[in-house]
Amino acid sequence: MEVDFSADVPIFLQVAEMIENAVLSGALQEDEQAPSTTEISVRCKINPATALKGITKLVDEGVLYKKRGLGMYVAKGARQKILEKRQRQFYEKYMQPLLHEAKKLELSYEQLAEMLRRGYTP
Amino acid sequence: MSRIEVKNVTKKFGAVTALDDVSVTIEENKIYGLLGRNGAGKSTLLSIITNRVFPTSGEVLIDGEPVLENDRVLGKVYCMSEQPLYPESMRIKEVFKWTREFYPDMDMDYALALADKFALSTRKRLKSLSTGYTSIYKIIVALACNAPVLLLDEPVLGLDANFRDVFYRELIARYSEQPRTVVISTHLIEEAADVVEHVLIINNGRIILDDSTQNVLAAGCTVTGPAALVDEYVAGRRVLGSDTLGGIKSVYLLGLPDAPAPAGVELSRMKLQSLFIHLTNA
Repeated sequence: MEVDFSADVPIFLQVAEMIENAVLSGALQEDEQAPSTTEISVRCKINPATALKGITKLVDEGVLYKKRGLGMYVAKGARQKILEKRQRQFYEKYMQPLLHEAKKLELSYEQLAEMLRRGYTP
Repeated sequence: MSRIEVKNVTKKFGAVTALDDVSVTIEENKIYGLLGRNGAGKSTLLSIITNRVFPTSGEVLIDGEPVLENDRVLGKVYCMSEQPLYPESMRIKEVFKWTREFYPDMDMDYALALADKFALSTRKRLKSLSTGYTSIYKIIVALACNAPVLLLDEPVLGLDANFRDVFYRELIARYSEQPRTVVISTHLIEEAADVVEHVLIINNGRIILDDSTQNVLAAGCTVTGPAALVDEYVAGRRVLGSDTLGGIKSVYLLGLPDAPAPAGVELSRMKLQSLFIHLTNA
């Protein structure tokens, strides 16, 4: 979990995203224990308050839940939840910059569509 | 409790004003980054907090009590700085032992475990240590002494990348187990940027920035694009500096513009180090 944080997004959001990615990829299963605030902060060399903020966000969104005295666990249905959220964000996060760059390069709609066909094999 | 209040502190060395009416409150159990260029007044401020240097005027309170000649209050603070606190013929293990005389909560087992991690033989004498190892033994004492306030003046001086990594991990692990007030002063800003919760920037003896790291990082941005468009877009904003390359201009701002950037103009966040450079360049 060596992470190189980018300057463009607050670190606590990147921490939350890192855990979400682990759940999406299956590295972290539902009902499995998530890394603790201390583990995250030591491994990523970030302030524990930042790590906690990332964890709290995931708790608020129902991705993680707290087992008293045991730590944080991945909630049932967390993967589906993350999937839906990320799909909702996909346009803004990936399509918009892509379209922005495409327009800058004067790529036509047809050219873009062709690239999409070439690259996308479900 | 371990809150530090610096109140209107001025320090003059002859004709030179090292600190100019500095007031700052360091909240308990947070990690602060104290950043400043060479000679900005960082070490003087830390020395005044620990009563090693007396202010020309103003005062420092720890938990409401003045630090001036107050051993009980000063016992709450451990200040690691370039100045040696021990005779150079002393061996490391004696340093640990003597530190415990002043800091009774010193964790000897942890100090020895750390010495092991840093591959430091406790039989060595201080005078035989390299610059890096001189920092290392001080780091070990600082982390193990269990003082509620740690002031770390250039803790990673001379440390290689691997040991800097060990240091930050140990600091964070120790801090998560037992929160305390930490002030780190360093020139390797990016390495400390994610560790510190709050940033203080001192320049020419004055605190020019005192805010949470998150706010600081949210405020700094770079606007890049054709010069005319950029100038129009940033008009009326607090511009810290600018660079031009061909017809492309980059302007460094504190505080994002309200309007979205026009086509052809890119906005990007500034890292703490860039922000620091632009803030202290003037």
